[in-house]
Amino acid sequence: MKHFSNRYIFTFSAIMVIVVATLLSLAATLLQPAQERNLEIEKKKNMLESINIPSTRENTETLYDKYIKESFVINTKGDVVEGVDAFTVVLKNEQKKPLDEQYLPVFKAVPNDGKNVIIIPVEGKGLWGPIFGYVSLESDMNTIYGVNFDHKGETPGLGAEINTAAFESQFHGKKLFDNDKFISVQVMKGGAPEGDNHGVDAISGGTITSKGLQKMLFDCIQKYNTYLLKNRT
Amino acid sequence: MSNQEREPILSAKNLRLLKEPLGKNNPITVQVLGICSALAVTVKLKPAIVMALSVTIVTAVSNLVIATLRKSIPDRIRIIVQLVVIATMVILVDQLLKAYMFDVSKQLSVFVGLIITNCIIMGRLEAFAMANKPWPSFIDGLGNGGGYGIILIVVSFFRELLGSGTIFGYPVLEKLGLYKAGYENNGMVILPPMALIFVGLIIWFHRSKDKSLVEKR
Repeated sequence: MKHFSNRYIFTFSAIMVIVVATLLSLAATLLQPAQERNLEIEKKKNMLESINIPSTRENTETLYDKYIKESFVINTKGDVVEGVDAFTVVLKNEQKKPLDEQYLPVFKAVPNDGKNVIIIPVEGKGLWGPIFGYVSLESDMNTIYGVNFDHKGETPGLGAEINTAAFESQFHGKKLFDNDKFISVQVMKGGAPEGDNHGVDAISGGTITSKGLQKMLFDCIQKYNTYLLKNRT
Repeated sequence: MSNQEREPILSAKNLRLLKEPLGKNNPITVQVLGICSALAVTVKLKPAIVMALSVTIVTAVSNLVIATLRKSIPDRIRIIVQLVVIATMVILVDQLLKAYMFDVSKQLSVFVGLIITNCIIMGRLEAFAMANKPWPSFIDGLGNGGGYGIILIVVSFFRELLGSGTIFGYPVLEKLGLYKAGYENNGMVILPPMALIFVGLIIWFHRSKDKSLVEKR
């Protein structure tokens, strides 16, 4: 084996690090617009799915403009906060703020059946990382119209099943309130009893994700409590 | 690519480099490397296939880079250099997937990043690329990535079929009417330990077909 001097080794490492750093930052900068656009489309797509409108990557934006009528931000007292774009609110950052300073986005939509629904974003923790989604409510602010869940890194086939239609469709028609008491939806291991207004079946093999999802729904929607009770029709 | 060899691009020797890891010298079933990721991404077929492709690309390109530099890499820091090359490739693949194959990248999530820890890649760099010319190293990378991929695809085929009753998400068993006849999906197949059992079954099958793989007592 050839002998290399220390100076050579240092020079070699220095050059290597510079080349790699340039390459990676170049790639990151060049690909960033495409990646951010993907995320934006993804967000709109998820929102549309929560009101049961399937979309492809190509038509997401057109459909979004067609169905989502209005968006605004409220606080925990249920009052509208002016001057904030609901679409750009990052829920993860909001959750770090004190409760009464948090921005809570609300999206109003009118799906094909002509109902007035609102869409609420939710975010929480699964087993391996964040889970998030959108819950849409009918105008009684109690009945769930549809949901869409997604995750960053749940196990495929187990926790990742939260974003399958089979799991999500269970939420349709479930109730958040019992009279005026906020109950949210429980994810039940072993299956929810027939006709239970507040329970859905958990995912076998995905217990921690299921529990995280239940906590996410409770924690996030609870903040809208005042707004929901005030705007019932 | 500096390829100044006189031998044809796919000479018998190079073809052997490509074929051997697919069977006789398979990284998973014979060398028993890369098991961890084989357990994690084989629940469904589609992520398994993308994972197989990503690993193949990373192995082949890293092999190529290391083989090109092999004479100038100082022996004392060669492992670090290899790691840096692998990590760079993996990050590039991850970024590209995020930009152009968003859906797939979402499915694979953390496992793309974990390609870095795949022992097969490091093993090939150290055992092959450090001592061979760029083109054969590239072929060797393709072969080993392919050998890894084949096992992944076979295991995920059975796990998806038996565990979820689907193939590429298409409900095959439901269409065949098996559920009406009282069949139920085997939930255990979805869990990681069953992947190990499947890999074990493949190893058993492989060795019963090729006696030369069986260790002598």
